Amino acid sequence: MINKYPLWKYLLIITVVVMGFIYALPNLYPDDPAVQLTGQRGSVQLTDTELNKAAKALDRAGISYFGQSVENNSGLIRFKSDADQLKAKTVIQQALGDNYVVALNLAPTTPQWLVDIGAGPMKLGLDLRGGVHFLMEVDMKEAIAQRNEVYISEIKTLLRTERLRYRRITRDDGVISIRFKDEELREKATFLLRNEFADFTQVEREADNSFYLDLQLSEEAVRNIEDYAVKQNLTTLRNRVNELGVSEPIVQRQGRNRIVIELPGVQDTAAAKRVLGATANLEFRLEARSDSNTLDTEEYPFRNNPNRLATLERDIIITGNSVSNAQSAFDENGVPQVNIDLDSQGGKLMNRATRNNIRRRMAVLFVEHKIKTTVVEHAGEKVEKRTPYVEKHIISLATIQSALGNSFRITGLDAPGEASELALLLRAGSLAAPIYFVEERTIGPSLGKENIELGVTSVQIGMALVVIFMLAFYKVFGIIANLALTANLVMLAALMSMMSATLTLPGIAGIVLTLGMAVDANVLIFSRIKEELNNGMSPQMAIHAGFERAFVTIFDANLTTLLVAVILFAVGTGPVKGFAVTLSLGILTSMFTAIMVTRALVNVVYGGRQLKKLSI
Amino acid sequence: MTEDNIMSRINRSIDFMAGRKIAGILSIILIVLSIGSLAVNQLKLGLDFTGGTLVEVGFEQAPELEALRLQLENAGFEDVTVQNFGSERDVLVRLAQGFSPTVGNEVLGAIKQNEAYTVELKRAEFVGAQVGEELRDQGGIGMLLALALVMVYVALRFQFKFSVASVAALAHDVIIMLGLFSILQLDFDLTVLAAVLAVIGYSLNDTIVVSDRIRENFRRLRTGSPIEIVNVSLNQTLGRTLITSLTTLLVLLALFFFGGELIHNFAIALLVGVLVGTYSSIYVAANILLMMNIDRDDLIVPETEGEVVDDRP
Repeated sequence: MINKYPLWKYLLIITVVVMGFIYALPNLYPDDPAVQLTGQRGSVQLTDTELNKAAKALDRAGISYFGQSVENNSGLIRFKSDADQLKAKTVIQQALGDNYVVALNLAPTTPQWLVDIGAGPMKLGLDLRGGVHFLMEVDMKEAIAQRNEVYISEIKTLLRTERLRYRRITRDDGVISIRFKDEELREKATFLLRNEFADFTQVEREADNSFYLDLQLSEEAVRNIEDYAVKQNLTTLRNRVNELGVSEPIVQRQGRNRIVIELPGVQDTAAAKRVLGATANLEFRLEARSDSNTLDTEEYPFRNNPNRLATLERDIIITGNSVSNAQSAFDENGVPQVNIDLDSQGGKLMNRATRNNIRRRMAVLFVEHKIKTTVVEHAGEKVEKRTPYVEKHIISLATIQSALGNSFRITGLDAPGEASELALLLRAGSLAAPIYFVEERTIGPSLGKENIELGVTSVQIGMALVVIFMLAFYKVFGIIANLALTANLVMLAALMSMMSATLTLPGIAGIVLTLGMAVDANVLIFSRIKEELNNGMSPQMAIHAGFERAFVTIFDANLTTLLVAVILFAVGTGPVKGFAVTLSLGILTSMFTAIMVTRALVNVVYGGRQLKKLSI
Repeated sequence: MTEDNIMSRINRSIDFMAGRKIAGILSIILIVLSIGSLAVNQLKLGLDFTGGTLVEVGFEQAPELEALRLQLENAGFEDVTVQNFGSERDVLVRLAQGFSPTVGNEVLGAIKQNEAYTVELKRAEFVGAQVGEELRDQGGIGMLLALALVMVYVALRFQFKFSVASVAALAHDVIIMLGLFSILQLDFDLTVLAAVLAVIGYSLNDTIVVSDRIRENFRRLRTGSPIEIVNVSLNQTLGRTLITSLTTLLVLLALFFFGGELIHNFAIALLVGVLVGTYSSIYVAANILLMMNIDRDDLIVPETEGEVVDDRP
């Protein structure tokens, strides 16, 4: 029988469309503004006690709330309006204190039965919900330089313990040069270092009556260091973002040396940037002996008095990277201090260094990597020039009274705020290599709302126009095409929700464009049917031929568009990717609805009947 | 369907190819104008591609732009441009300065110096010069890659001449779109680039539908010159081409009028692209096919595809 589908095909199509409808459903439930409560660290529990405390504070402040709950060590309180949410954040933060993170959040209101089958709403991009987007670049050159510094320190120690006397070790653009008095010493050192420092390629050279051993990191080692630096920075940035208290943040690697950070809902970008970009770290060094070789020492100013200088050993005992926990506090005189716990490795190093040097003084160096951006004229064009530089200041220089272990405290900070920020940074880990911001976008919450409203309006109007047009032009077939178009919209929403794809403003534009183009397949089929009718085919034959012949064209045309959408996805970033996603998903769903769904509907309406004419 | 039936309808239909010389000249003029403007005026690249800083500020009452610019310059910002964005109460401030973490609030603070203004920060964007350059390269590569892939696909699915024709049609569309943005000095940013790529997809869609028909008709009509066959094919697909373009234009108009300022240029690019794309699939692609002397020998039916014979009632 022509123009009849077997029963299973109808059932399959109905099932797919119904599934699409169900999974698209969560998008109809608007999110509640909410705040999320979590402990500052894993060890701080969030229980009903804290939630009640927060609730009481809200009662006192006269802010109405509902739906508070605790789950997985994190609490949620919902509000009627955004204004309430903002006020509540401040109130709750005051009530709970600094040990808890209070973050603005949007809580889904998806009914439980939908949650049970794994359905959830689409995610909204930053341009639709407001927030900050950062792109940060890791300074690879500096990462390598820092690593080489550590190697030099290790090499010195090794050569000393093996009693191989060297004259000098210098570092220049990734090459470590060790100078020896005679060839024999160099031979021994070369042999020793080849085994102990396999990451380096070795080159021997002679100059100025001296024998040099040049060490350069192999390409693989460089790549590993770079990789490590980015990964380490990712971890650190994640920790810092968590300390900032942002719900659903994104911290991702992009390309070889970049990191994308998206913080939805964050408005105080200055604070976010200060914490994210901060590169403060600590170095612990011994004060140089008065008879030390000047090549092994460095002079640094004090932080609170730049005119006062102290000479320190070049070798670093440990850095802030060995810190496992840090808390800001006050000493008995009310001076801010930071209590530091070291990890076991750091504790060992610290103990070894201090044990043998009692009565000597140890300095705590406060290290900041900064970047100076200047605009210079270059070939008639203004070019930004970034010069990284390091600022190191001594914050304390104290006599070692006894061997230090895993915990101790440091003082010498200016203000309580500085102590707590240093503690935060030490806790979250320092950045393995300096990073700088290369891109930043802040979208205010009002603009986000506006964008959603505009987007929804244009989808509605676009849809209405197409529906009216199709109805007027194709009559009964127009109704069928419109049903298919609706199914297409629903399925597109369902697919995006299931993939938890992010909807952006260009993404909405992609949906609108898909609507216009989705009817194309139907138009192709219907024109073909009309044409076959004009050529004298019977209505049933014309329907059959129309669908058959149009298929190849539809397939070709859609496949090439899909090809372009994929390229768009590959080269685009952020919002443009969103456009590519909706466009390609839209092409896929429209192929299904325009061919299968339309055909099924046409079969149901016209199939298996004697027809004199078609309403097309 | 019989052959006579179709050939007899040629007389009743529009003779598209009669105007192909005029269309060719028109296309060449448009392309020359576009390339000329691109060479002289260049594209007014948006922040995404140039790098720089941009702050969008919402005002309670529409401010005086020139006064605002002076006020910002007095506050120490260099190279400030100030323009309305969408409405009179929305102002876009562009700064040539490098990155500073607090620029959004600084600008806001400088504006608030004048107490007559009640303002709100809508968005602040900073794109590093290098990132801008990379995005620019990526965009260009994306466009070329799209064209190349399309060419390969069409060459495989159809035939080499079709692939040259469709890529020429696409290049034609892209050049005219870019040219228009250059002539009108509209901001060319990432979303517009997305629109250009979408138009490549869309225009190709059109071109393929037409090519498909030309191929089909060459295979099944044994009489008629190439020009006649192209004409028949264009007439047969005309209804579909117009309706699809119309529905797409309808939704684009919805986007243009209701989609908001952020995608305004995106909508303009697509509107132009769809119009030019429709025109180019009728005139440019078909025209080039004829110029390359397309004929039946190019499209010998592979033996496995016996559909032509089967279709006869």
